[in-house]
Amino acid sequence: MFRRLPDAGEATLPFTIDGAPAMGRQGDSVAAALLAAGHPVFRQSAVTGSDRGPYCMMGVCFDCLVEIDGVGNRQGCMTLLRAGMAIRPQPGKRLLGR
Amino acid sequence: MADLGTTDFAVIGGGVVGAAIAYGLARQGEQVCLLDEGDIAHRASRANFALVCVQGKGWLAEQDRAEPDYAGLTRSSAAAWQDFATELEAASGVAVSYAGGGGFSLALSEPALAQRQAMLERLDATPGVGSAGIEVLRGNALRDALPDVGPEVVGGTFCPLDGHVNSPKLLYALHAASQHLGARFLSSATVEQILPAAAGFRLVTPAGTLTARRIVISAGLGSTRLAAMVGLHAPLRPVKGTIMVTEKLAPFLRYPMTNLRQTNEGGVMFGGSTEDVGHDDSVGLGVSGALAARAVRMFPRLGSAAIVRVWSGLRIMSPDGLPVYDESPRHPGAFLCLCHSGVTLAAAHALRLAPMLAGGRLAGHFAAFPTARFDVPAAA
Repeated sequence: MFRRLPDAGEATLPFTIDGAPAMGRQGDSVAAALLAAGHPVFRQSAVTGSDRGPYCMMGVCFDCLVEIDGVGNRQGCMTLLRAGMAIRPQPGKRLLGR
Repeated sequence: MADLGTTDFAVIGGGVVGAAIAYGLARQGEQVCLLDEGDIAHRASRANFALVCVQGKGWLAEQDRAEPDYAGLTRSSAAAWQDFATELEAASGVAVSYAGGGGFSLALSEPALAQRQAMLERLDATPGVGSAGIEVLRGNALRDALPDVGPEVVGGTFCPLDGHVNSPKLLYALHAASQHLGARFLSSATVEQILPAAAGFRLVTPAGTLTARRIVISAGLGSTRLAAMVGLHAPLRPVKGTIMVTEKLAPFLRYPMTNLRQTNEGGVMFGGSTEDVGHDDSVGLGVSGALAARAVRMFPRLGSAAIVRVWSGLRIMSPDGLPVYDESPRHPGAFLCLCHSGVTLAAAHALRLAPMLAGGRLAGHFAAFPTARFDVPAAA
């Protein structure tokens, strides 16, 4: 769905998507890294259960919520990717404590 | 000036009070036009806490006495809410997510719990009021009902008549159902003048002039100005309420609390603040911090939840805290319907008040709250 622009020389960052290894680049947001890795579905709606993915990419729509390093409902577009991040889809409503 | 035509009933104010009355009139087969301000109006309907709340209603703390008609009105509306919700959902196609089955008020200290219990007992013991079925729950009984309650909570008062609803959906449903039944809706139609005419009233708005045989003023804080145009004295003051809401969380609160509840969509709302600050509806950091701190003391798990929105709004308060229902003696056909608890009373407004307005006579509980009480000079 998305293709990266020709390599501008940024370092690559390893992370995992639902346990599977993936690669992003220095400067990616979590949302950008997931989209570039071919993962458009980030979560299921907390209200209807339907699949959702990023819409605004600027912190407004809350459709890019994912679980990052064990914490649910994180805005993927507002979080900078770091090496080793464990990212999982957000299945509907967050369980408090997770 | 554009001619907006004629209508039998004009309801001035498209908040939850006016919309419930408009729906009630439309379901009686009346010809209705609902007039509302624009989006920037001071709208109490966006500052409500969405409770159908019985416990404590009818107790006038400042006067240290009960008002049986207000307790009775509140309880009759709450009792009608389930059927009302079912009917409204069918009429509008909008789910309002009413959940009855009771609600709590939690106490963080023994004196606070004792004071609340005493107040509720005095209210129910007042002649003409009767039992609301209040129970005081502590310890394991409280933790069975609300497993996540924190150790600082000493107990709570439970009222089986309490419930809650999705209030933005309620407002939308009332508008949708009214319009399905043929009611007209005029937005950005602030009523600037009410001109009593030979067979009714002419309402002057920036959108044009509407002629109505009868009018209902339910315009929140704007009602004082409008009531004066039909010879009624309705002093009101704004009370600021602040509400915070968390991210959407898996359900963990089975019951609503009077100042904290989990919505059907998962967000947890905290409220319960009141401030007398005139028409300033800005959000204050101090109040927000206090609301959040209290919520975490009540339910410590909330300490790891993110707040996604905080907002404030202005609610209306009459001098004695009671609603106002009246018809102008000087201009019959001009009614005034105002209250603080528009969600709780929505069922009574739609199902019982509206037929009385259509019939032209306020009766029962609705005859108990005229504006004449504001004319009596305070005793020295």
